[in-house]
Amino acid sequence: MVESRYMTINMGPQHPATHGVLRLLLELDGEIIVKAEPHIGYLHRGIEKLSESMTYPQALTLTDRLDYTSALSNNLAYCLAVEKLLDIKIPKRAQYLRVLMAELQRIAAHLLWVATHALDLGAMTLLFYAFRERETILEILELATGARLTPSFIRIGGLASDIPATFLPRVKAFVEDFPRRVDDYETLLTENIIWKKRTTNIAPMSAEECIQYGVTGPVLRASGVCYDVRKAYPYSSYEDFDFEIPLGSHGDVYDRYLVRMKEMRQSNRIVKQAAEKLPDGPFAAVDAPLVVPPAKEEVGRDIAALIRHFKIMQEGFRPPCGEVYASIESSKGELGFYLISDGTNKPFRMRIRPPSFINLAALPKMIEGQMVADVVAAIGSIDIVLGEIDR
Amino acid sequence: MTASPSAFIRGTGSLLAGLGVTIKAFFQPVVTSQYPRQLLDISPRFRGHVKLLASADNPEKNGCIACGICAKNCPSGSIKNVEGEKREGEKRKTATSYTLDYTTCSQCGICVESCPSDCLAFSADFNCAGYKREDFYYDLVKEFEKRKKTS
Ligand code: SF4
Ligand code: SF4
Repeated sequence: MVESRYMTINMGPQHPATHGVLRLLLELDGEIIVKAEPHIGYLHRGIEKLSESMTYPQALTLTDRLDYTSALSNNLAYCLAVEKLLDIKIPKRAQYLRVLMAELQRIAAHLLWVATHALDLGAMTLLFYAFRERETILEILELATGARLTPSFIRIGGLASDIPATFLPRVKAFVEDFPRRVDDYETLLTENIIWKKRTTNIAPMSAEECIQYGVTGPVLRASGVCYDVRKAYPYSSYEDFDFEIPLGSHGDVYDRYLVRMKEMRQSNRIVKQAAEKLPDGPFAAVDAPLVVPPAKEEVGRDIAALIRHFKIMQEGFRPPCGEVYASIESSKGELGFYLISDGTNKPFRMRIRPPSFINLAALPKMIEGQMVADVVAAIGSIDIVLGEIDR
Repeated sequence: MTASPSAFIRGTGSLLAGLGVTIKAFFQPVVTSQYPRQLLDISPRFRGHVKLLASADNPEKNGCIACGICAKNCPSGSIKNVEGEKREGEKRKTATSYTLDYTTCSQCGICVESCPSDCLAFSADFNCAGYKREDFYYDLVKEFEKRKKTS
């Protein structure tokens, strides 16, 4: 056998820094990485295929399980695709609440990210503070949706229900408090000499490379490319809100960190505006009687409503034949759903464009030629969620 | 690698600033709770396993008319054996058996929404535990009778 001067090691699938079950096959020359190859599929549940045997409302519950750190964003992306297929209009109140919840969810996802990323690099303190605020957000979301992780709250045609009266005061209290908390996180990390040494000039990607690899989200913006679906192709009334897209310049781990920290502040701004400007009105589309079931009180009173209820629940609805693509800016990047309808009550094909999957493909490019100890920083900086990669 | 004195001071300062955050947090109120001695308030919309509610016109019996819509709509196929009988002098059926396989239920709420007689709701049971899979096959009709007796 020919002696190789390279050593091959497996990082994962049970490595705590791979955030799930990612396996990285690393070829090392001493401490330098010569080749890296991500192996995925350990969490594959066949969500795309499974959805073909479910009606449209049922398939919604699967989307919670893609990126489980921001389930409401997944719900939103899926609903937007189906609504595009059905061509229904969503009332403003529902749109604003969707934005509000998606942005709260983005903050929660970024908090989870900064906590675990810092933990990976040895800055454990932040974990406790970030989880404290994340807990507040999850409690607020639970107040409205009843679940912390898999809410299935954003529904085709609107929302599952209106928000309870205690919801908005708690959101407002959180929004007032949060900027101060981000200041604390930044005091812990942004100027921290150890943090800077471990992250600056690590795993850089230039703007051209990012575009070549189809990278989206904070990783792309850290390289200085201004692409955010919320601004580029506004959905769900994002054009009504005033916010900025934070950009980086070097595209290294440190810039990705900075971009996400700034994004949290911007999301906080959006939540604040949405809570203040929240219009009155219905929480689900009123002009789509074949999609949105009637209110429960009506079902008890009115025989026509009862029949409608039975029809929707027995058969679901049948969107016209066609193909649509709808995408949103999730916390990880551009999350898209490509749906093909053959006119039945089940999707003919549902293809998901998960941002983590495409961002992960750029990982070998980032870490080849770098030190093995920096792999952890690089993985952390792209913020992958395996539930979404493996589907 | 030697750092210049000014870089050294700046570096140390950055670490001390971080320590300041920790010290500040030390004097702030405690946010954790000592479970199980101390319980948190549960959201009124909390989604535990589903339970049957009493019929609107007769609180003595469950309101399920055994139409099976919930079982048909459940994305996980967790509702089984929905059967009912028509009792003397009643317009509708009453469920006699209704099994929820809680091991596969994802608490999505579709069954609650789809019920035409509005007789399903989420319970606030969050600490279900068992030794075997069968412990989580709930017979909701029996569970309803038990609840009725204890309340
Ligand atoms: S909550 Fe969802 S998964 Fe559970 S029984 Fe009801 S429909 Fe099925
Ligand atoms: S939908 Fe309601 S009434 Fe019909 S079987 Fe289910 S619980 Fe009973």
